[in-house]
Amino acid sequence: MSKLNSKIPSGPLPEKWMHYKDHINLVNPANKRKLDIIVVGTGLAGASAAASLGALGFKVKAFCYQDSSRRAHSIAAQGGINASKNYQNDGDSVYRLFYDTIKGGDYRAREANVYRLAEVSGSIIDQSVALGVPFAREYGGLLDNRSFGGAQVSRTFYARGQTGQQLLLGAYSALSRQIKLGTVEMYTRHEMLDLVLIDGKARGIIARNLVDGKIERYSAHTVVLATGGYGNVFFLSTNAMGSNATAVWKAYKRGAYFGNPCFTQIHPTCIPVHGDYQSKLTLMSESLRNDGRIWVPKNKEDVEALRHGKLKPKDIAEENRDYYLERRYPAFGNLVPRDVASRAAKERCDAGFGVGETGLAVYLDFAAAIKRLGKKAIEERYGNLFQMYNKIVDEDPYETPMMIYPAVHYTMGGLWVDYELQSTVPGLFIAGEANFSDHGANRLGASALMQGLADGYFVLPYTLQNYLADQINVPRFQTDTKEFDEAEKQVRGRIQKLMDVKGSKPVDYFHKQLGRIMWDNVGMGRNKAGLEKAIEQIRKTREEFWKDVKIPGDVDGLNPELEKAGRVADFLELGELMAMDALNREESCGGHFREEYQTPEGEAMRNDADFMYVAAWEYKGDNVAPEVHKESLNYESIEVKQRNYK
Amino acid sequence: MNFTLKIWRQKNAKAKGKFVTYKINDISSNCSFLEMLDILNEQLVVKGEEPVAFDHDCREGICGTCSLYINGRPHGPDDAVTTCQLHMRKFKDGDTIVVEPWRAKPFPVIRDLICDRQAFDKIIQAGGFISVNTGGIPDANAILIPKEKADYSMDAAACIGCGACVAACKNASAMLFVAAKVSHLALLPQGKAEASERVQAMVSKMDELGFGNCTNTGACEAECPKQISITNIARMNREFLGAKLGAQKKRASGGGGF
Ligand SMILES: Cc1cc2nc3c(=O)[nH]c(=O)nc-3n(C[C@H](O)[C@H](O)[C@H](O)COP(=O)(O)OP(=O)(O)OC[C@H]3O[C@@H](n4cnc5c(N)ncnc54)[C@H](O)[C@@H]3O)c2cc1C
Ligand code: FES
Repeated sequence: MSKLNSKIPSGPLPEKWMHYKDHINLVNPANKRKLDIIVVGTGLAGASAAASLGALGFKVKAFCYQDSSRRAHSIAAQGGINASKNYQNDGDSVYRLFYDTIKGGDYRAREANVYRLAEVSGSIIDQSVALGVPFAREYGGLLDNRSFGGAQVSRTFYARGQTGQQLLLGAYSALSRQIKLGTVEMYTRHEMLDLVLIDGKARGIIARNLVDGKIERYSAHTVVLATGGYGNVFFLSTNAMGSNATAVWKAYKRGAYFGNPCFTQIHPTCIPVHGDYQSKLTLMSESLRNDGRIWVPKNKEDVEALRHGKLKPKDIAEENRDYYLERRYPAFGNLVPRDVASRAAKERCDAGFGVGETGLAVYLDFAAAIKRLGKKAIEERYGNLFQMYNKIVDEDPYETPMMIYPAVHYTMGGLWVDYELQSTVPGLFIAGEANFSDHGANRLGASALMQGLADGYFVLPYTLQNYLADQINVPRFQTDTKEFDEAEKQVRGRIQKLMDVKGSKPVDYFHKQLGRIMWDNVGMGRNKAGLEKAIEQIRKTREEFWKDVKIPGDVDGLNPELEKAGRVADFLELGELMAMDALNREESCGGHFREEYQTPEGEAMRNDADFMYVAAWEYKGDNVAPEVHKESLNYESIEVKQRNYK
Repeated sequence: MNFTLKIWRQKNAKAKGKFVTYKINDISSNCSFLEMLDILNEQLVVKGEEPVAFDHDCREGICGTCSLYINGRPHGPDDAVTTCQLHMRKFKDGDTIVVEPWRAKPFPVIRDLICDRQAFDKIIQAGGFISVNTGGIPDANAILIPKEKADYSMDAAACIGCGACVAACKNASAMLFVAAKVSHLALLPQGKAEASERVQAMVSKMDELGFGNCTNTGACEAECPKQISITNIARMNREFLGAKLGAQKKRASGGGGF
């Protein structure tokens, strides 16, 4: 029997969350102190969860692999966070944010969760302001908004180009306060390497202290994973170097189903690849598409002349430019959703109109906006992004258009969760980018920050209580049990196995190889033959890795190569699952584009009759095919349509 | 491009460290400094030597994890960037480059180029927050904040907590970091209520952790990758003095408690 019970509360959509909150079981303050919660990850989702749960009175242990909880990858988010405040009086509402998110996700997200997300979005802004987040303001002192892709209203709140940093510093400050108050214990430079189950319930973790290499045991009544996304499967992505899938992958192997692993977001505006030594790709925020216009030359002669430096972008006359997004999607123009913008860029470059040395780039041009608004206004909006671009590329975007190309950015897939954010392992909750969440097959810009903080500030504090309410008499768990012994033994065994390979190639060699397989076959365009080939190649690379990887140094000390090796070993398994999921989904939807399924105009063609479901994969053992379970999606409040941004 | 690297190697916190010289050739000028170190490390691994450990994560100048002291300057020769944003085009072919960790007593070296900066977190935990719990918050637009105020606050809040200010200062003072944090909150109406407790708690934690005094050399501002201004230090000093006077008055009047 399938364990997929989404536990969507009954009642009309707008009343579900209220109804849920009104009827859950609560834990009284004296009992909260007796209940332990482990939160792995201190990005927006984890930090806000740990701080809120600590403030409620639970005993929380929080973990992150960085040297400070404030350095989680959320810090890098640039553009902004959505909320349906309707401060601009431009027609926004909870329903509209809900609708845009479902539509943006190409009708592959769960209605009830998305509605709740839209419903609590306003409170996130209130909470963040109260914590001192210096959002951008208008001269009258009110909060300012900008618009983002996939929406026709301005609902995005921002703090210059550093919105993630400021929101995270807010959550981090709340977390720091709880640490001072003694409700939260913080473990930095600790990496979770396994999940411990007792009687089928999540009751602890095994973590490696990254400084001295010690393997440590931690127990709790419940475990929350807020460990971020797995975009680094592709090696090159906009994610931080350490972003990884290890925690969720171990949980998958302990029984948590993996939801829609193939749903990956390729972001249209990133700085193009420039060399094989390259370690990561840098995002240029989507907010730039508010004022930047995307184009390539109309004529191939101009493409050639540009490549050989005989012409500069400025020299190409208006009538010889192809503003292809404005041409193809007049209603949304440069602000179409990311998947649409990325594919359109690929289409132009594949057709031979790409610019730059490699032909894999398009222009993002601010000349018109600078003329209209003045350089100062542009500087105020995007100053730090322009500076970042300038430092990397050595060109001044105030003078010449940026060159951009799509890059892997975000993973909509993740561990499957029900309405309460509980996985198929009882007592294991998943928050933020780590869950398969609310974004369906494509996430709209500025919605990840919203989701992470919604999960942490406003959802988990209720749903965890409901889970814990009947456990007030369950005493604290000891860690000297056979379950912890077994898990620790596995962790140690695997580390030793990695060290014992003593091969000839560094970890990155295999990671880069995996990345290329993924990008070529499980990237922006996918097809049956390519996916089958990818699965075969990934298996080969994995075998080679376990035969030939070389990890110098010791296990009992700081060893970055060993850390990387463990993560890449997991990516080498997850990559295969992603390809299998992509193969299984014989339709195009959102970021998942199967070349066999497209309209004559090259737009994604969904197959609602056969694929309107969440694919939740169950681990069945190493070298055994995983089993796919299906949660069918029912749309009660929204009419399912072909997405149209024309 | 070809370079000679003199890199600080140290096995762990207790071991004695030393400089080791490496040669590295055929580096593209578009390569970032950390990518150059990646290449070096790959070569070391293949040779069976232990790679150089250095801290990094976002590689786009925002997480504040990277932290190298390059040719005598925190984050190297370019202005207003972190090490991860530094590119080899800022060096000359054939250069010798000296790479060290941050050197400051409150930031002990853990291994090679990695040091422990938890002291910064401890300062924040002492009081670098606004005391609100989750929920029950009035509407965000209920408080009007003049744009100028919000902008100044944001200028201070842009601090990435990398520790370059401490590394740059001959006294290993953390004044710029603490001042940025204090200013960010003190400039906002939400942060006013606890302003005096906050500044006192943070400053006394800073002293307790062994950071040195500020002697106004301005080295911190010059080396800050986010160009945080030392006017924040002046603001913090005013806040601090005001808080101390306030506390004295409170004591003199019997604490105002009945
Ligand atoms: C460059 C960039 C810009 C972005 N801009 C925007 C934007 O403008 N708006 C928007 O809405 N979204 C944006 N996003 C997406 C958004 O930032 C992320 O989806 C979101 O921040 C993820 O938050 P999180 O809390 O789920 O995870 P993260 O912030 O990734 O945090 C993961 C945490 O888990 C910890 N961790 C991971 N594995 C382990 C382990 N095994 N053991 C212990 N700890 C572990 C890490 O230490 C970290 O604390 C952007 C993303 C990128 C890459
Ligand atoms: S690695 Fe994040 S700031 Fe340099």
